[in-house]
Amino acid sequence: MTSETLKHHDAHAEGHEHHDAGATTVFGFWVYIMSDCVLFATLFAVFAVLGTSYAGGPTGQELFDLSFVLIETFVLLASSFTIGLATLAMHRGDKAKTQQWLLLTVILGALFVALEIYEFHHLVGIGATWQTSAFLSAYFTLVGTHGLHVTSGVIWGLVLLIQIGKKGLVATNVTRLSCLSLFWHFLHIIWICVFTIVYLTGVL
Amino acid sequence: MSGQQHHDVHTGADHGTLRSYIVGLVLSVILTVIPFALVMAGGLSKGVLLAVIMVLAVVQIVIQVIYFLHMNSKSEGGWNLITLWFTILIVGILVVGSLWIMHHLNHNVMIAG
Repeated sequence: MTSETLKHHDAHAEGHEHHDAGATTVFGFWVYIMSDCVLFATLFAVFAVLGTSYAGGPTGQELFDLSFVLIETFVLLASSFTIGLATLAMHRGDKAKTQQWLLLTVILGALFVALEIYEFHHLVGIGATWQTSAFLSAYFTLVGTHGLHVTSGVIWGLVLLIQIGKKGLVATNVTRLSCLSLFWHFLHIIWICVFTIVYLTGVL
Repeated sequence: MSGQQHHDVHTGADHGTLRSYIVGLVLSVILTVIPFALVMAGGLSKGVLLAVIMVLAVVQIVIQVIYFLHMNSKSEGGWNLITLWFTILIVGILVVGSLWIMHHLNHNVMIAG
């Protein structure tokens, strides 16, 4: 990348040279997200098949606390909103606001992961582990995979904060934040399926 | 706000506006609170509740795809949407197919048993 291009982007005019590369990268990332959908679909299928195989262990009705899940949901929804605001600030060329909203997104994401770890710790503490029943194996695999995705999103966000801090809103960072925001919205969409199929249906 | 008007093709999709994010957020909150409230309150029959929460989840997903992901038939020359439809097809085959096969296996095992 030439310094001329960097200057060009610092002025927040989109350089033509980067149009295609940036758009292709984001589209490629979109295709990755679609393949991730298929991965989650297999885990949802497993949960749908094994979700009532309690093997004499506890049922969802006995284990799940819906008000806790509702708090988790709102934390993740809020973070999905704040990363949207971060991308809006980025397209306005407002570096400070981009960093603030991205930082808030990362904090909310970390809070979500902390809540999930607390929940898992609580379940294991009362003897509901992944070894208890097929239902719980499927539960921990599905919800844990989602949690791992959010964790990697948090790490990615932290790295991106450093990159934006060092280089500003250059073309590569614009592409990165565009990908991260797609990823983050996607994770909340997966969470909608999780709270509906795992928690709400589990309590019915 | 003029920055939001200009369309770069950098991300291959529309950026959306503050308004689109707020609309998406408000609708998502409503579509989250309703199923939780219905299930926590109880009262309705299990079948009805199941149908209602599934429909609300699908509606919320569509809302988020439109207002947060800014998906439309024009983004990235339509390729975003085509890959999305293809993925929905695969996901449908995977989930419905798994349930169908496993249901029949259970059925057959019960007869054999």
